Amino acid sequence: MRMEQTGKVKKDFIVCKDVMEEFPKADEGMFRVAENLNFTVKENEFLVLFGPGQCGKTSILNMIAGFDLPTSGSITVDGQEVKGPGAERGMVFQTTCLFPWLTVMGNVEYGPKVRGVGKKERRKKAQHYIDLVGLQGFENHFPVKISGGMKQRVGIARAYCNEPVVMLMDEPFGHLDAQTRYLMQEDLMKIWEREKRTVIFVTNNIEEALYLADRILVLTNCPTKVKAEYKIDLPRPRDYTDPDFLKLRKEISEVVDHTL
Amino acid sequence: MQKKKSKYLWILSAVTVVFVLFIWWLVTDGLGIFTSNTLPSPIKIVQAFIKKLTDPNPDGATLGAHLLSSLKIVLSGYLLGVVIGIPMGIVMAWYEKADLMIRPVFDMIRTVPGIAWVPVMVVFCGIGFTSKAIVIFIGAVVANVINAYSGIKQTKQVHLWVGATFGASNWQLLTKIALPSAFPMIINGLKLSLGGAWTTIVAAELLASNRGIGYMIQQARGILRPDIIIVGMFVIGIVGSLLMLPISLLEKKVMKGGKW
Repeated sequence: MRMEQTGKVKKDFIVCKDVMEEFPKADEGMFRVAENLNFTVKENEFLVLFGPGQCGKTSILNMIAGFDLPTSGSITVDGQEVKGPGAERGMVFQTTCLFPWLTVMGNVEYGPKVRGVGKKERRKKAQHYIDLVGLQGFENHFPVKISGGMKQRVGIARAYCNEPVVMLMDEPFGHLDAQTRYLMQEDLMKIWEREKRTVIFVTNNIEEALYLADRILVLTNCPTKVKAEYKIDLPRPRDYTDPDFLKLRKEISEVVDHTL
Repeated sequence: MQKKKSKYLWILSAVTVVFVLFIWWLVTDGLGIFTSNTLPSPIKIVQAFIKKLTDPNPDGATLGAHLLSSLKIVLSGYLLGVVIGIPMGIVMAWYEKADLMIRPVFDMIRTVPGIAWVPVMVVFCGIGFTSKAIVIFIGAVVANVINAYSGIKQTKQVHLWVGATFGASNWQLLTKIALPSAFPMIINGLKLSLGGAWTTIVAAELLASNRGIGYMIQQARGILRPDIIIVGMFVIGIVGSLLMLPISLLEKKVMKGGKW
């Protein structure tokens, strides 16, 4: 489809240019969430935005998703400026936000259904992603009846089932216990390697960032901008106890600590 | 274990009912503390009930005829109120312009309690069917508008975002996300307004009527027939709870996955 896709040269797929965002404060004046925010994401790259809590990571994702628009500057995805939400940008949210009135299957097939895909076809597709996140057998369960980890799996399957070109993940594992979190990270890597997408993953957990990322952007506190950039070339699947892993962990932790 | 336990729990309720009936019998026929002219015994109530089924004395109609008259008014006013109130609440919550247009009139109407409409309606339409049906209708519209409105307004932003990332249209966001979100509140409105309608009809019939359960009670009071008054009260209670049944069934059917 695109000429640039030939060969191994990856082009800048998402471009954030001079992005600044402000909100009116409760009392008066403006609260600046981000300024001078510049970064690009390559096609099929797994980019992790890493920064302290409340630093505006979610705001960046919300702007790329199109829920909020930058006060100034621009965000383009595949050459198109973001002007609102769209089906080509899927999101996995921080807390599970499954529709409680629908079953697991109902939630996963929701995207294709909204776009008018026929029942047989969308069921088949939904089943594929339900299997991919390891939830076969739970198709007819309602969200209230399944665990937090399973809910996030459904959230991931639901986002994938709509086949977006960009996957935005807002601390999807932040509310899970440590054990489940490791498991989900492993599974997410497997899914990503099978179904490549451009992923922007937000986290405040350094190990998670290192385990998943092709590249890590370290963000500053509000107003947030890119403080440092790390390309992670460790082979996958990564080992949390690998000396190189630990060295990077220490290095990046120090950078972040200075910003606090 | 739990199933075995709940199987016999109804005995507790049965014991209470039997106990209350026994005390009632004891203070009336048993020990003669109250005479039939003040508090008739349970046996006399049953006798009065059976007699009233076929005997139009002393108020000109049988129990069935009174009940039918009350039910006709309640159901016509209530159903019309539901059919108009729920869509109105939804439209007001979803389209700001509709809200601005309807709200001034609605706010004036909602603060007047149902029963306060009776005098003016009697002046307009007499003491028959129409005046009371309109009063019931007003009460039902108000409760259903308020509940449908709050239900839609309480739709989680994140759910709407999910819909937006799936490319849902405004209409799909309303029908496929906001409406199911609002369902528990809408059911709540249905229940509240039905209770309100049933209360209002009895009160309205006490004030102005020539037929109906409230009228029957009022007439019995005039000629000192406490047995008929109490029969009327039981009928109100039992029919009122029977009317709730279809709503509870609907609630169970739609919310089979648990509450949200």
